[in-house]
Amino acid sequence: MKKIFHFTVAIALLTLLPLSVNAQCKGFAKKICKVELSPYIHDGNYHAAILTVGEEAELYKTFYSDTDYRIAVCGSVNLPDIEFRVIDSDRNVLYSNKDNEYAMTWNFRLEASQQLKVFVKVPTAEGLPEEIASGCVAIMFGFLDKN
Amino acid sequence: MSNKLFSLMPIKLTAILIIAVSMAGCGSEKRKSGSDELSLSESEISAGILEDVNSAKQIFYSLPSPLETAMLIKNAGASYNEDLLNSVDNTSNYTTNKSMALNLGIYTTDLSFASLFDQTQTSILYMNAAKRMADGLGILDAIDNNTIDMLEENINNRDRIMDIISETFMNSSSFLTENERPALASIVLVGGWVEGLYIASTLVGDANIEGNKLVERIVDQKLSFDIVMHLLEDNKDNIDVAEILTEIGDLKSTFDKIIITTTSIQAVPDEETNVTVLKSKSTIEITPEVFQELQEKVKMLRSNFIS
Repeated sequence: MKKIFHFTVAIALLTLLPLSVNAQCKGFAKKICKVELSPYIHDGNYHAAILTVGEEAELYKTFYSDTDYRIAVCGSVNLPDIEFRVIDSDRNVLYSNKDNEYAMTWNFRLEASQQLKVFVKVPTAEGLPEEIASGCVAIMFGFLDKN
Repeated sequence: MSNKLFSLMPIKLTAILIIAVSMAGCGSEKRKSGSDELSLSESEISAGILEDVNSAKQIFYSLPSPLETAMLIKNAGASYNEDLLNSVDNTSNYTTNKSMALNLGIYTTDLSFASLFDQTQTSILYMNAAKRMADGLGILDAIDNNTIDMLEENINNRDRIMDIISETFMNSSSFLTENERPALASIVLVGGWVEGLYIASTLVGDANIEGNKLVERIVDQKLSFDIVMHLLEDNKDNIDVAEILTEIGDLKSTFDKIIITTTSIQAVPDEETNVTVLKSKSTIEITPEVFQELQEKVKMLRSNFIS
């Protein structure tokens, strides 16, 4: 009887969990990460995923000249501070939040339009529980309205 | 998912839970495996930056959103021309997922363009048109009547209006990606991107392209075109995406004739303003003939999307 119960719960989790976990990411991005962009205006794009400790993500985006941008990279509270780097096409690191006390945001402006890469990592950290921690990580962009 | 919850579960159930979590797709990203390689030859400019793709587990390709596109067009000194927008009377023509997704992107760009030029009544009309597309795609609660009311209530508050547009676009794209429909999410983005390209290139018209800020913005789209192709490639198993990939791929030969040369970037932080300036210079080479070719191809593409 107990086995049947566990099996039923497992099937239900497998069926329903992807949607519920992702829904948490949407809510997390909207309610937690988006506020970090203020006073910059969120561009409306949605980039969020469940990441596990040690996992990495990359985002490719063209940034346009003479536009003021803010990038916000946020992780769920159960994750360690999220590390992110902004890298150019010559693989030069233009910014690393590791050198800035794991700041969640970075403001920048380009003199010439460029395609840049945002590298994101959930670092392994001491003191974390033995279970593999995973949670939402969102990457969001805002810009300033000049008019 | 809290760690506490993990500790309360039997080990087998926890393992299943971890598998379920890892199966959960989220956003317009693609999880990469060793054999899932990308074609990296689209652009010399971005070849370096894109060749590390295979080593990462989660990949996001980010296109300029409809709001960012409209802002770029406006800041380049463009004027408003309502005749360029896709008529809201066309909404009833869009009955397939492909046409509704493309035109959700197109109407959202039109809505953003109208809003940035303070065309409030037009903005409301286009928000309704976008709502019809979202409803048709089964996107729940992305745009509701309350959204339209909020637009009307904030008629003189452009920041709030931009926030409403950004929120509704995020609702739509997150709904599609989180409900295992990333192909449709990519089509929405591409529809919006093409609409921006169409509005900008039509606004240039026959004007001199030398020193023209709007032309510079259009040329910059060579950089985003590369991302468009990767985004569509990632979803080309979907027949609608495969069709769009073929259609939009026609722009490649024209973008290839445009040369952008950029010097290396020097990051200069300003502690006073808390803004880092990424200093570099770029030069573009484009002839009037190539620009005209691009205008014509974009016009044809957009015409196919709205027909």
